[in-house]
Amino acid sequence: MPKATNDAKLLIQSLGKAYAATPTNLKIIDLYMVFAVATALIQVVYMGVVGSFPFNSFLSGILSCIGTAVLAVCLRIQVNKDNKEFKDLPPERAFADFVLCNLVLHLVIMNFLG
Amino acid sequence: MAGGRSALATLVLLLAAAVAPLSCSVRPVSDAHRSAAAELFAASPDGSFGNLERTYEAVRTFQILEVEKDKSLTGKACKLAAEKLAFPSSSPAKDLFHAVRIISVLRCSVDSSGYDDVAARLKAVIKETNSLLELYYSVGGLLSIKEQGHNIVLPDADSAFHAIKALSQNDGRWRYDTNSVESSTFAAGIALEALAGIVSLANAEVDPSMIGVVKNDVVKLFDTIKSYEDGTFYFDEEHVDATEYKGPITTSASVVRGVTSFANVASVKLNIPGEKILGLAKFFLAIGLPGSAKDCFNQIESLSLLENNRAFVPLILSLHSKVLSLTSKDQLKVEVTTVFGYSAPPLRVNLVQVLGSDSKVISTENKELQFDLDNNVHYLDISPLKIDVGKYSTVFEVLVNCINFPSEPEHETIYATGGRNTETIFVTGLIKVDNMEIGISDNDAGTVESVQKIDLQKDTSVSLSANHLQKLRLTFQLSTPLGNKFKPHQVFLKLKHENNVEHLFVVPGTARQFKIILDFLGLVEKFYYISGKYDLELAVGDAAMENSFLRALGHLELDLPEAPERAPHPPAQAVDPFSKFGPKEEISHIFRSPEKRPPKELSLAFMGLTLLPFVGFLIVLVRLGVNLKNFPSLPAPAAFASLFHAGIGAVLLLYVLFWVKLDLFTTLKYLSFLGVFLVFVGHSALSYLSSTSTKHKTA
Repeated sequence: MPKATNDAKLLIQSLGKAYAATPTNLKIIDLYMVFAVATALIQVVYMGVVGSFPFNSFLSGILSCIGTAVLAVCLRIQVNKDNKEFKDLPPERAFADFVLCNLVLHLVIMNFLG
Repeated sequence: MAGGRSALATLVLLLAAAVAPLSCSVRPVSDAHRSAAAELFAASPDGSFGNLERTYEAVRTFQILEVEKDKSLTGKACKLAAEKLAFPSSSPAKDLFHAVRIISVLRCSVDSSGYDDVAARLKAVIKETNSLLELYYSVGGLLSIKEQGHNIVLPDADSAFHAIKALSQNDGRWRYDTNSVESSTFAAGIALEALAGIVSLANAEVDPSMIGVVKNDVVKLFDTIKSYEDGTFYFDEEHVDATEYKGPITTSASVVRGVTSFANVASVKLNIPGEKILGLAKFFLAIGLPGSAKDCFNQIESLSLLENNRAFVPLILSLHSKVLSLTSKDQLKVEVTTVFGYSAPPLRVNLVQVLGSDSKVISTENKELQFDLDNNVHYLDISPLKIDVGKYSTVFEVLVNCINFPSEPEHETIYATGGRNTETIFVTGLIKVDNMEIGISDNDAGTVESVQKIDLQKDTSVSLSANHLQKLRLTFQLSTPLGNKFKPHQVFLKLKHENNVEHLFVVPGTARQFKIILDFLGLVEKFYYISGKYDLELAVGDAAMENSFLRALGHLELDLPEAPERAPHPPAQAVDPFSKFGPKEEISHIFRSPEKRPPKELSLAFMGLTLLPFVGFLIVLVRLGVNLKNFPSLPAPAAFASLFHAGIGAVLLLYVLFWVKLDLFTTLKYLSFLGVFLVFVGHSALSYLSSTSTKHKTA
């Protein structure tokens, strides 16, 4: 059993070392996704406590967070230099897409919010 | 039997209601008119009747109706008139006209010397004016003075006559003055009266050819008369605007006044059909009791002129009673009187024709009515006419007897009887019920098991029993006193259960008999599957039926099957039948109850909780050593970059506003501008960043 714990420790340590090598801008995007998903989780907890009465508002809040997290994933895929598929795409263009999609998403979210 | 009696009372009421509209026909002037006139012309608290015109109308109406007024009222009216006459030069012709006539009617004692001034003033008006009304007032005033015994002569009668005649139109109507374009029937009546006055006032005979022309005008005027279907005639204005419009009563009265006064002075006979004169008299009588003082005056004075003129006195035929009973062998009684109810000269009344309700000719035999000298009534037994119960139109012919007056052949010409008079009568009688049979038969074969005869004369009562596979059958015949078949308005069979549930069936009738067959198989649902004892009642009613009845026939023991699951329930019977007129039950509205909301503190706590990841996001950003070194330092790119961020902020702010108050269309309108701006500055800022980063790489 202690062996397994050690293995897990080793695994996490190696994972942390490998992640430390990730460029800072990708780390920012990751952080943003964590923030978005955490917010979504808090809203789910709230719904569990109180009930889903203004259901459209609840959906709006969750989808706003999940949607922006998905968009951040897309941005991260496009910005990552190791990803050869998007080598010719400048990161600025990817950021512009990210901004535009977020604005459209939130127009719909606001409309649905009630 | 109390129910039966109340039903009978209802039927009698219905009969009265059905007959009531028939009885409102023309009746001569009666005491009712006197009291109505006294009410309409009630003196005001200060003892006067109002202005001069109204005072004249009041005193003239009272004079015709022979209503006595107390001395103080007549004294006041005389004083009012005399005051007017004291200063003739300052008074208009209209006031002088009314004042003189008031004095004439009331026979006031006034200083006759003042009349010379009045006459001079009126003569001056006749010379000056070309207005029809002014001429009418002046001539009328002079005529009234002359009638009071003063010697008045109109020197230039011919020119005045021509002045009035010049205003006449082709169709027999008159204009009010030379300037007006509209012709009026009311003005025609006034003009004729004025012309008659001039003829009376003239010192020499007025040109007979002129009289002939006016006579033709009168005939033409009577061509414009209007009529109702029942034979009443009246005059009404056609092309007159609202300010001049006077209504049919005033207009007709004006024409009657003009024509009768003209007929009295003209030595020639006017060719006016008697039925039109009679129609006018009927029109004024049909008003009944007038609603206003003006109408009352016009009605009474016109009728009085029609009664007391030399040319044509209308005779009114009226029925004593419009409802005749065959049972009591009523006689058809007819009265012929003048409009004021005075007895007519000896005359014959014939019943020419009797028409049924559907204009079917019942009898065309000419029957002369007997004359009862004591009661001044013509009568006829209706039994030889062989008319049955129902509604009929009877046509009478009134012939003034010339035979009794061989020395006075002009009698026939003076009285206007209108030839034929149509009156509606209603004949009632006892209806006989015959051959009433009631029985129960089996459904399939139709074999009658038990038939019982019912004699309504005796107090018999049947008792039957049936189940749902059988039929109830009721037949009877109705016949009139003359033995014809009779079909009343209402024939109902009523079945009433002990628990007060009632079922009403109309009994269909043919020419031969009335017959109803109740097939209980088809009626079980209507009977709500309720077995038990039902009372049978038969109601027969009609306005012409003197013995309308609601009779209990007996009772029926009905055996119906058990009610299935979803059979309709009988409606709840109200304990008090009048309770359905009481207040209705209050309606309570159901609203959607609001959803349960969480406590405010909990929601606020979670709002803070959602901010926590954001705070964590910022902390970790700082820990990662994020900086803004990549922000462009040159002024132009820096401005574009700032604007880019500001633009994104503006769009997000717009979204917040959209959530708070704006609608989608306004938001999209602003968003389209902001979007274009954002694309422009975003492209500039990002392309600068892109170029610097590639330079950085290549360098």
